[in-house]
Amino acid sequence: MKSDRGDIELAGVCKSFDGATYVVDGVNLKIADGAYCCFIGPSGCGKTTILRMIAGHEDPTAGEIVIGGQNVVGLAPVQRRTAMMFQSYALFPHLTVRENIAFALRVRGMSKADRLRAADAMIEKVRLTQFADRLPAQLSGGQQQRVALARAAITEPRVLLLDEPLSALDEQLRVQMRQELRRMQQELGITFIHVTHTQLEAIALADLVVVMEQGKIKQAGAARDVYAHPHDRYVAEFMGGQNVLSGRVEKVNGASFTLAQAAPDGIEVPLQARSTVSVGDKVDIAVRRDDVALVRPGKDLPPGCTTSLPSRVRAIEYQGYFVKVMLDTVPDDEFVAYVPEKTFFADPFTVGDVVMATWATGSALPLA
Amino acid sequence: MSAVLADMPETVVPAATKAIAPSRGQRPWTFYVLATLFAFYVIALYGPMFCIYVLSFQDIRGGLVFPMKGHSLHWYVDLFTQVRTGDVKGSFDRSIKLAVIVTIITVVVSFLAGLGFRKRFRGDTIVFYMMIGSLVAPGLVLGLGTGLLFQALGLNASWYTSALGAQLSWTLPFGVLVMFAVMSRFNHVWEEAAYDLGASRWQSVRLVMIPVLAPGLVAVALFGFTLSYDEFARSLQTAGSLNTLPLEIWSMTLNVTSPSLYALGTVTTVVSFVVIGASLGSIVLIQKKRSSSAKG
Repeated sequence: MKSDRGDIELAGVCKSFDGATYVVDGVNLKIADGAYCCFIGPSGCGKTTILRMIAGHEDPTAGEIVIGGQNVVGLAPVQRRTAMMFQSYALFPHLTVRENIAFALRVRGMSKADRLRAADAMIEKVRLTQFADRLPAQLSGGQQQRVALARAAITEPRVLLLDEPLSALDEQLRVQMRQELRRMQQELGITFIHVTHTQLEAIALADLVVVMEQGKIKQAGAARDVYAHPHDRYVAEFMGGQNVLSGRVEKVNGASFTLAQAAPDGIEVPLQARSTVSVGDKVDIAVRRDDVALVRPGKDLPPGCTTSLPSRVRAIEYQGYFVKVMLDTVPDDEFVAYVPEKTFFADPFTVGDVVMATWATGSALPLA
Repeated sequence: MSAVLADMPETVVPAATKAIAPSRGQRPWTFYVLATLFAFYVIALYGPMFCIYVLSFQDIRGGLVFPMKGHSLHWYVDLFTQVRTGDVKGSFDRSIKLAVIVTIITVVVSFLAGLGFRKRFRGDTIVFYMMIGSLVAPGLVLGLGTGLLFQALGLNASWYTSALGAQLSWTLPFGVLVMFAVMSRFNHVWEEAAYDLGASRWQSVRLVMIPVLAPGLVAVALFGFTLSYDEFARSLQTAGSLNTLPLEIWSMTLNVTSPSLYALGTVTTVVSFVVIGASLGSIVLIQKKRSSSAKG
């Protein structure tokens, strides 16, 4: 009896198509049974290749892929009990919704009556009953996605693999289908692995976010961990919402160190995970954009703030509940403050104003 | 009242519409030039054939040239009853049988070649150019060569051996080229999806590829049939002692001097159109069946 567990372990997984360059380069990862895992990274980072290797559409050049305690390398998707939802859904254009969903049962030799009954039950689950006799071309993007989901789910997989499932939809529908994916995942109670290049999608959905770059995992963890505590500059910039500053360590004083910068007294940074800092090291730090407060020169800094950087307002974008203020604080790098709407309009700045950018010292995060 | 209403837009609208949509109502002069050109093209294309169809309906006094002498179906009766006009029925049978065999082989081989050429393989360009080469080779020379080869090997040339081979050298490259165009619209992700859902290779071909490609396969079949049914140059030296229909017509032009020749031309054209109509009809039917099953 094969295991029903959908926990996945990738051990030293490598993939090279040409024998010289590695698209996936030594990936180790554990994904718990029933987790919603998002792989995120720019195109070409190897995230889709990992997905296809777990699905059984590519074989790894080296390494093991273990699902439910069983090494599945070399097995067909059906034997792995995985199912894939393709990027453009890959619905069969000549088959109706019902026949598309029943396809997996048809090739298994299930009788027509049985498989259509099973398909109808699944159609009801994804709320497509009134569209059961339509062809894929007669459905909207969101409906097509539900058909693809139902077609994959009818095989009763222990792992469902989704390749950029929301990229073909428009913005509003994307948010709606995002919730539907999460609902289906909880209903089916199986492991979902979802590949995306949109960080909003990843942090909204995932229990486990895996950030990738050039075939390697940069950081893997809970959505909040990865967003609020990025390991390095790459993750901080990719996940967004952070200002990254770099400079040389001027002095180390107990629980904090000072970074030389354009500020009169440097930038004070608390020492956290990074414990070995010596004077002269080049260090990156991250400051959340929503932690940055803007104060007019000459006024008192808010409590807890020891660093203030004089800046000029470069541009202002109204975003609804906050205002995005772009500053020239750091030469050649973006520095942005997300100011709450009410705070901003109590004393609005205009482009060209000189302001002091400041933040509570404890919120500065040294990066690896 | 109505006159006022009718006048109003005339005084206001033209200035506005002229700038936005000059084509409404009056067409640019280039339209008439091109339309005339197209009319000449259609006359040049169908006029000669039409003369033959018309002249075939003369009565017993009819000759090979205009003016028309009476009208009747005399030459059609003559065509199928008179022995001196040649073996029309036999050659027609042979042509249809040959065209069917050629069609089947062309569809099967083109489909397999289409599958094979989805991925690059060693020597694929050489195979491709060799195939195209037989399209470029003069048909008469190719037929002559095939005839000579059969003779040298001590084989009898006949319509179902040497002529079949010679015709395939013509229909296969065409079929494969059409198949390439058809295959380019086949999304290989469908195959991957079928594999993902547990289909074997054969199931994926039978349940996904063939149904999706069906209209294209009908098009390949149509090519195969019409190219074979019309084929003359390659069959001339390879058909052996029994003629195919185009060869029969040709030999009739040499010794038959009556409008029954035109009657034969008309009949063969009708057959061609029936086959083309049936093929296009089946494509429409496939698509209609899909959308009607969809409406359910």
